[in-house]
Amino acid sequence: MTTNLRRRERTDWLLNRIFKATGLLTIAVLGGIFFMLLYNSVAFFLDIDPVDFFTGSQWKPGGESAGYSILPLLASTGLVALGSMAIAVPLGILTAAFLSELAPSHLQAILKPVIEMLAAIPSVAIGFLGIVLVGPGIATLFGLQNGLNALNGSILLAVMALPTIVTISEDAINAVPDSYREASLALGADRWATLFRVTLPAALPGLIAAVMLGLGRALGETMTVLMATGNASAMPRGFLDSIRTITATIAIEMGEVPYRTTHYFALFAIAAVLFIITLVINILGETLANRLRKFHA
Amino acid sequence: MKKALTAAFNWTILAGSTAIVCLFLGIILFDIFSKGLPSVSWDFITKFPTDGMTQGGILPAVIGTLWLTLITTLFSVPFGVACAVYLNEYAPPNALTGIIRASIRNLAGIPSIIYGLFGLALFVQGMGLGTSVLAAGLTLGLLSLPYIITTTEEALKQIPNSMREAALALGATQFETIRDVVITRALPGILTGVILTLSRAAGETAPILFTGVAFYINRPTSSLNQEFMALPYHLYMLSTQHQSIMEVRPLAYGTAVVLIGLVFILNLIAFYIRYRHRVR
Repeated sequence: MTTNLRRRERTDWLLNRIFKATGLLTIAVLGGIFFMLLYNSVAFFLDIDPVDFFTGSQWKPGGESAGYSILPLLASTGLVALGSMAIAVPLGILTAAFLSELAPSHLQAILKPVIEMLAAIPSVAIGFLGIVLVGPGIATLFGLQNGLNALNGSILLAVMALPTIVTISEDAINAVPDSYREASLALGADRWATLFRVTLPAALPGLIAAVMLGLGRALGETMTVLMATGNASAMPRGFLDSIRTITATIAIEMGEVPYRTTHYFALFAIAAVLFIITLVINILGETLANRLRKFHA
Repeated sequence: MKKALTAAFNWTILAGSTAIVCLFLGIILFDIFSKGLPSVSWDFITKFPTDGMTQGGILPAVIGTLWLTLITTLFSVPFGVACAVYLNEYAPPNALTGIIRASIRNLAGIPSIIYGLFGLALFVQGMGLGTSVLAAGLTLGLLSLPYIITTTEEALKQIPNSMREAALALGATQFETIRDVVITRALPGILTGVILTLSRAAGETAPILFTGVAFYINRPTSSLNQEFMALPYHLYMLSTQHQSIMEVRPLAYGTAVVLIGLVFILNLIAFYIRYRHRVR
């Protein structure tokens, strides 16, 4: 009887340690990713002056007159992400407002699965539609040779960021206490003044968090921009130019680059820049979302 | 009059925005299914590609995706569930727990292509697995880990403390309480999260690009160290890299239907489990 108990207690002790080890594993994974990016970026900056990397104007890896400037890639990434937010932010927030403030419950029961289905569609399928549907549409509309450009990417990324923005915005609007709405209505404001002047401003930190997390998703997306934006690594001049984002550059070049060359290290260096940008945006979004929770608690 | 006009205008922009979001989904599904369904048949799913990928089916890509998802599951589910159990049942509220939670949040925000680079550096080169279905599955497993942890922890939180206390009071050790009471009761919730995460992993392309996926292999994947074909990568290659892109467009549409169909079926299973086991 006592040996049995001792065995059970030993199992309990052992499993406790194993569970803890899996917790530590997550730190190890993040640390590993961080170390990999740092190590290879340092190797890159031993070959290439960081000033050239951040100020040059050409991404032309390999060969005699190689240029390793991240600027055209960064400009492309920023352009397509900002374009997508210009579409997705107003649509997403207004949809969230409709869902939480106006839609009757039977309509909500239909609309929520719609948002979830949109979120479930693989990015490669959305990129495919960029090629077969959005691209030809843009080409006809603007009289272009092909429609693979920043505008196409922006539209597709907007579709991909919408579920994130709608879901988090809706949570933020729902988190505004009813007493706010009641106070506004009691003072004689109609439902629209209440929505636009009271409820949405009160939900603002959460709405900003939603935009940040949607933006993080758009910046880090690979397949849609790889397939639908034309992949020209020149400095973009507008939304009708072909562009090439950081993610697409890694996807295209990593498969062919020789191991441990300057070009190989360069791809890790641009990944490190992307990592830092998405990290900062996600932390900002999380912080705002947490502040909202405390504010209403 | 002005007031009624404003009200009508406001209604229109709010309902209109919602309608546009629904329209996006409608256009995606209508275009892919109307043009893709004619290509899909039993032969399409169960036959090999022939004539330089311009004819035949997508069997090896289906098998490859199943292998990949299986490896992802075997790696990420035990680790993810164990980590969630640690966080919800054992972890004291101290700095270390805070760091673990922050790591998980940050892992969830890392772009998938960076997981691809990490898989290349760690599994393919570092551990010498080469470009293989094992290396790619492990890479997708890492990508899935934060989602499995988060959804499992949500499920564990639903179990009332009184049940844990009852088990402990009856003399069960903490591990026995977790195994026999907490996990058993939380199983439907855990399963929902796992299936949703796997449906996302099955559609991922960027993390497998450098870790083992291939456009064509002449026999289906049968061992862990082989390269493999996968549905999302197949769709990418058919629509961008094939020599006769227009000729294979029906095949690309068909592949898109199978991929989206697979993802939706997994989602439906998850919703069904969630619906059946709502906390009453």
